[in-house]
Amino acid sequence: MTITHAPEKTLRLLRFDRVQRAAHWANATLFFILMFTAIPLYFGSFFGIVLPRHLIEQIHLWTGLSLALPILVSLVGPWGTAMRQDVRRINFWTRDEIRWLRTFGTSRLEADKFNPGQKLNAIFIGASILVMLVTGSMLQWFRFFSVSLRSGATLVHDIFAWAIFIVVIGHIVMAVTHREALRSIFKGWVSESWAKRHSGRWLKEVRLDDVKLERTPKR
Amino acid sequence: MASESPEAEPDRPEKRINVGRRVFLGFTVLGALGVAFGNSAQNILGDVFGSGLAGLLPGGDRFRIYSITGRYPKISRKKYRLVVSGLVDRPTTLTMDDLEAMPKTSFTKDFQCVTGWRVTNVHWEGVKLSDILTHVGVQPSAVAVSFDSYDHADTESLTLDQARLSDVIVAYSMLGAPVTTEHGGPVRLYVAPMFGYKSLKWLSGIRVVDRVEPGFWEQNGYPTNGWLDGTTGPTNPDPGLT
Repeated sequence: MTITHAPEKTLRLLRFDRVQRAAHWANATLFFILMFTAIPLYFGSFFGIVLPRHLIEQIHLWTGLSLALPILVSLVGPWGTAMRQDVRRINFWTRDEIRWLRTFGTSRLEADKFNPGQKLNAIFIGASILVMLVTGSMLQWFRFFSVSLRSGATLVHDIFAWAIFIVVIGHIVMAVTHREALRSIFKGWVSESWAKRHSGRWLKEVRLDDVKLERTPKR
Repeated sequence: MASESPEAEPDRPEKRINVGRRVFLGFTVLGALGVAFGNSAQNILGDVFGSGLAGLLPGGDRFRIYSITGRYPKISRKKYRLVVSGLVDRPTTLTMDDLEAMPKTSFTKDFQCVTGWRVTNVHWEGVKLSDILTHVGVQPSAVAVSFDSYDHADTESLTLDQARLSDVIVAYSMLGAPVTTEHGGPVRLYVAPMFGYKSLKWLSGIRVVDRVEPGFWEQNGYPTNGWLDGTTGPTNPDPGLT
């Protein structure tokens, strides 16, 4: 409500709070360890170059088992308000957003805090964490499952792994080519002018709610 | 402004659809279907096209190469020796030439790992283990066969009945070529009716013994009788070794 429009870039909007930033980087670290250790486990000929296979397996296993923790911890508890809000934003789509995705981003859209592509990325990663956790556990504790199910679990774990590699690489490419959005996962904030261009609907809601707006500190 | 935009009716925001839940469930169901039916789908595709669904993934229907020690022992064909010892009438050391001079057996079978991956239609060639055992003469007190590897780490075991099955071979050819080092060459064991861990690589010794000596993987929790699901055969008589 108390936004003053002197020079436009004087306002900062909080896009990711500390908890979200911590959760993102913890999650990213776990994903990187998993992807890095997956390569020698999948392509046998790489193995033995850096670490013995047994050790790589153990790292992959324990990292995998803790994969859901950062997101779960950031969602529960009094610190998870922003995270829970964003999950709702990611889940609920307007018809315009569905159309935007169907037309591969060519239809007109006043974007939410995240555009439909970003939302889809988040949903896919969320689902793949569950799928990889379940199929990975089946491969680790295989005795409880028939060979047919183990083979199926291997197949699904492999297919999802390929999809994750593609999606994560795409995510990184988009991140490094969009510097201001990238900055917000490090420092938390975006400028008002950025929000106007990329997240119009969010900016309006933020103004209505009069949420976290702070003045750029004078240099 | 689009007619659906929130400004049109500030008190009644436009309808939101829970796409997140649908897509999340969609991926999860896809994964569950893959686990449940992926194997049969692979079998059908394998019969029709000769390669499974995993073959569509780069590297998907390839062997995942395991080694206990973290390296592959390199043994030339020339220097290769297979020492057959223990409770036998004629302890023997076989060279590559000796093995290749023995009656040859070959067949095409799947390689199934206990952890779930499988390579379909692998061609194997070698000597029946039973022929080698006949060649050296097994003594009456013998009960089982133990195997040693050039990696000095892996060991395996079979009961005599298991060892005499016609699809248990000492293989020197695999996938139509000499067994490569990473696959356990120049000579490895191939126990077709059991999981891959029974097919010891870099075979260096065959010892005929008077009791089953659980091998490396069995000591690490795998069943001593590594039958593939749905396979039946002579089982280990010792109930402690299931």
